Amino acid sequence: MTATSAPSGGGPLGTVKKIFFPVAPAYLLMIIPAILLFTFFIIYPAIQGMFYSFTNFVGYGTFHSIGFANYKAAFSDPTIRDSYGFTLLFAVVACIVTNVVALALAIALNSKIKWRSGLRTIFFMPMVLSGLIVSYIFTFIISTSVPIISAAIHFAPLESNILANQHLAWLGVVFVASWVAIPGAIIIFLAGLTGIPTEVYEAASIDGATAWTKFRHVTFPLLFSFLVINTILSFKNFLNVYDIVVGLTGGGPGTATTSVAQTIFSGFFNGDYAYQMANAVIFFLITLLFAVFQLSVIRRRGGGL
Amino acid sequence: MATEVSTAPVVAGPPIRTRRPRPVPEGGRINWGLTIIVAIVSLIVIIPLYFAIAMALKSPAQTGTGTGFNFPWPIQWGNFRAAWDLTDTPLAFSMSLLITLLAVAGEILVSSLAAWAIVRNWGHWQFRATFGYLMIALFIPFPVVALPQVKLMASIGLDNPFGVAILHILFNLAFNVLLFSAFIRGIPVELEESARLDGCTTWQTFRKIVLPLLAPISATVGIFAFLQSWNDFMMPQLITANPKFQTLPVVQYLFQDQFTTNINVAFASYLMALLPTLVVFLIAQRWVVSGIMRGSIK
Repeated sequence: MTATSAPSGGGPLGTVKKIFFPVAPAYLLMIIPAILLFTFFIIYPAIQGMFYSFTNFVGYGTFHSIGFANYKAAFSDPTIRDSYGFTLLFAVVACIVTNVVALALAIALNSKIKWRSGLRTIFFMPMVLSGLIVSYIFTFIISTSVPIISAAIHFAPLESNILANQHLAWLGVVFVASWVAIPGAIIIFLAGLTGIPTEVYEAASIDGATAWTKFRHVTFPLLFSFLVINTILSFKNFLNVYDIVVGLTGGGPGTATTSVAQTIFSGFFNGDYAYQMANAVIFFLITLLFAVFQLSVIRRRGGGL
Repeated sequence: MATEVSTAPVVAGPPIRTRRPRPVPEGGRINWGLTIIVAIVSLIVIIPLYFAIAMALKSPAQTGTGTGFNFPWPIQWGNFRAAWDLTDTPLAFSMSLLITLLAVAGEILVSSLAAWAIVRNWGHWQFRATFGYLMIALFIPFPVVALPQVKLMASIGLDNPFGVAILHILFNLAFNVLLFSAFIRGIPVELEESARLDGCTTWQTFRKIVLPLLAPISATVGIFAFLQSWNDFMMPQLITANPKFQTLPVVQYLFQDQFTTNINVAFASYLMALLPTLVVFLIAQRWVVSGIMRGSIK
């Protein structure tokens, strides 16, 4: 790594001073405020939350330790279990939809088509829009416009509002979440595609490769690391889904599309504070598990993304 | 045409491909079949946006009937005025702007300083440890700490837009330090050393030599910060106690009940909240796109 250019200014060097002030004070001033703020605003509440999860704290008043009771209760709570079921199913499906569609669109937007930059602009737009507001717009389209149009063309599956259907509402959430997430994924795939030299394709053409063989044996392998990045980024976001559910279904019908984030936030009400903290700790461990898994995948692939 | 929009900013930006006069790459024939397919697929993006605009320009009588896709006639510009007054748009707009500006400036400043100090003192274990410590945040999404954090912010009087901005800065600190430090490792130390020989202090070296060199990656961080902070719903909704100080997205949420009776006003309000990021995107598309590319590839 770059050699330390620690300038003079250490002053009298006691051992203690050496440990805590090994470099010019200016460097410490650059980093200590960040450390303190980070510790106070993020690490401290995180530890506090973990502590509360072992108590019967309701958000105010006195409390005492109750061991793992909150965790036990959380594991057998159907509301919490269902929220994990929905969130994981949603995250996996939305992740697949986003990546498949984005890959196809990125390849199309990278090929020799007319109005290429204009079309790119159009496809990128959803990325900058607020997920909540986009959801409000789609709520109206899906619940009012789509059924009328479907009825007119006798397309039975969409004649009723799918957002009001307990078994189908999650598909609406997948659609809108993917609509918002796809542009970001397209951009990352495009970054990968522009890195593939055209000579590779020319060579493949000379060897008589069809479009599919080119994709299968040239594009896909060379884009694989970008697929990994996209999967990690989108999956992480989808696990924390909140705005889109709030805007689209409010978690309903019933609790059919209630996400984990929403369940945790319900801890602000009805005295579930410590109980939902236990849920939050469980959620943290699950996210951590995925993160470790993702990191190991990146490492195994050489890390040189 | 949209083609012109994307090529409009010709200011000296980051060196991405300059695709000026011809939108079609040199050589080869245009694939018209694919063009038509892509154009048709693009309707998935265009139709909802058209829908939102059409709804925002309709009269209440017109919004109540049909699919909502019919052309608005006569055009009701008054909807925007009504939405503006109903939701107190100027106030919500200022709150969004305040949080976004603080977050953009704060994220660039705090994380570039921290990253520079870390990279230039990588030989000291204290700085390596700090780097590792800050990276913890990559694994803590907001919902995990929300409950105690909301209480904390309220207890120290930061249950307001300032608190939201502070949290935006700190939650993104890990990722931003990662971006900045990867970039700083590519800057030759010699530049800084010669500045020091000329008598620059550490701070002056940072301000005069390092910060200008960081411009491209600062733009990336700033763009991410702008989009995230402007569109964030979760944090302001939970952190800000007083509904008067809420941001644009949260205001849309708070007014849902009053919106159900006048959909046209609701859509006018949605459009006004969506417009700023859309305009910024259309003006600065190439920076946004190259910023995301740079951010993802690190």
